[in-house]
Amino acid sequence: MVKTADVVIIGGGISGVAIAYNLAKKGIKDVVVIEKNYLASGATGRCGAGIRQQWGTEMNCRMSKYSCEAFETLKEDLDYDGDIEFKQGGYLIISSTEKEHEQFKKNIALQNSLGIQSKLLTLDEAKEVVPFLNTDGLISATFHQKDGHLNPFHTTQAYAEAAKRLGAQIHTFTEVTDIIVENGKIKGVKTNRGDIATNVVVNAAGGYSQLIGNMVGLELPVFSERHQILVTEAVEPILDPMVMSFSLNLYCQQVPHGGFIMGRGDEGEPRDLRITSGWHFVEEMTKTITRVLPPLKNVRFLRQWAGLYNITPDRQPIYGPVDEVEGFYLAIGFSGHGFMLAPATGIVIAESIIGEKTTLPIDMLHINRFKEGNLIFEPSVV
Amino acid sequence: MKDNTIICRCSDLTQGDIRELIAKGYRTFDELKRISRIGMGPCQGRTCMQLVLRELSIATGKPISELAPGTFRPPVKSIKLGEILEAIEEGGEEAHG
Repeated sequence: MVKTADVVIIGGGISGVAIAYNLAKKGIKDVVVIEKNYLASGATGRCGAGIRQQWGTEMNCRMSKYSCEAFETLKEDLDYDGDIEFKQGGYLIISSTEKEHEQFKKNIALQNSLGIQSKLLTLDEAKEVVPFLNTDGLISATFHQKDGHLNPFHTTQAYAEAAKRLGAQIHTFTEVTDIIVENGKIKGVKTNRGDIATNVVVNAAGGYSQLIGNMVGLELPVFSERHQILVTEAVEPILDPMVMSFSLNLYCQQVPHGGFIMGRGDEGEPRDLRITSGWHFVEEMTKTITRVLPPLKNVRFLRQWAGLYNITPDRQPIYGPVDEVEGFYLAIGFSGHGFMLAPATGIVIAESIIGEKTTLPIDMLHINRFKEGNLIFEPSVV
Repeated sequence: MKDNTIICRCSDLTQGDIRELIAKGYRTFDELKRISRIGMGPCQGRTCMQLVLRELSIATGKPISELAPGTFRPPVKSIKLGEILEAIEEGGEEAHG
């Protein structure tokens, strides 16, 4: 195992490998990713595989727009020989309360002002997008064609292989056990396979980011929570867009392979690291999805699984350095949408470490926003 | 077995496909599953997992007993969402009856 590194990134999910790729591309020689299991084994590989630009805060809109545009050419840019299964079938987001409909108007105005060509639809127009949508109890919808699907495993692999070709090292099945800090400065990391001396550590540990924070004596303002998903058998393509509702608490898409992937949150979920399966989720998911998309009664449910959302108080990620420990950087708290923001995460964290002006302004996502109480809340999260 | 022997009937993968992926560096059933969809189909690995573990055992020299199998998750057998819905609705009637 390597003894020294310019930068050690903790976490081999999409964020970690995207940061590694961008650092290596900028000429940083010794970039090392440490992953306790295998690539995309945590939240990345357990996510709903959706990408969208229809957000309710300026920063989420800007980062997701940048990322979506990057996905359009990612396979070529990373020279990946596999298929990242990128499909822009759109996201149809439906409202079922007047309050939500009002929020949609604000969201569309914000998105349009930032160059995102989303539209507010009537229910008749929504049925043109999804003819079998049951509009009973619904009020309106928003739609953006450029949102869609991306395969999390292959996208992570694509970044990882490109990073390795540029000289980065990725150590899987290796666990960080401690971080060495001297006089307020990062000096190295300890792993179950040996120590690495370094002045820079990036916490990209997803659902486990608070544990990594504890290793340098920080209580990070994030918590983890189980979110569940189920998948059906593959059938002929009948559903182009992701269908999503915040008030009904659901999202569902038919992936290019043919299976339907659907998920929802649970308000009663405890804040811990469990990723077990629960029957309550299957019941609630079945009741809501068969009401909104009735033909799904006829598809067979194959499997359910779970992953961790790493959640911040304002549902926006935390990016950049911390005041307390020199050389410690954060790319955490993605609140369920880290996969789709990876290209933005990769570039801005790399620029932040090198000391360059960041491609997107990330001051609003610094951890100090929680001390200052200067929060803008993301309203559009399942 | 021959290189073109089907190992995963659900996702249509051969022994040759699996050996190629193992040669690329994937070393666990879970990694192979995520990259190739092996074990993601209607059988949920109940047909192919042992065959894949055997290939991994040959490649790594470790006995199958030391290799991590995939995670088994519900349901045991696939079921239509409409059938679950019926069960929920019938259960509800009984509870209120």
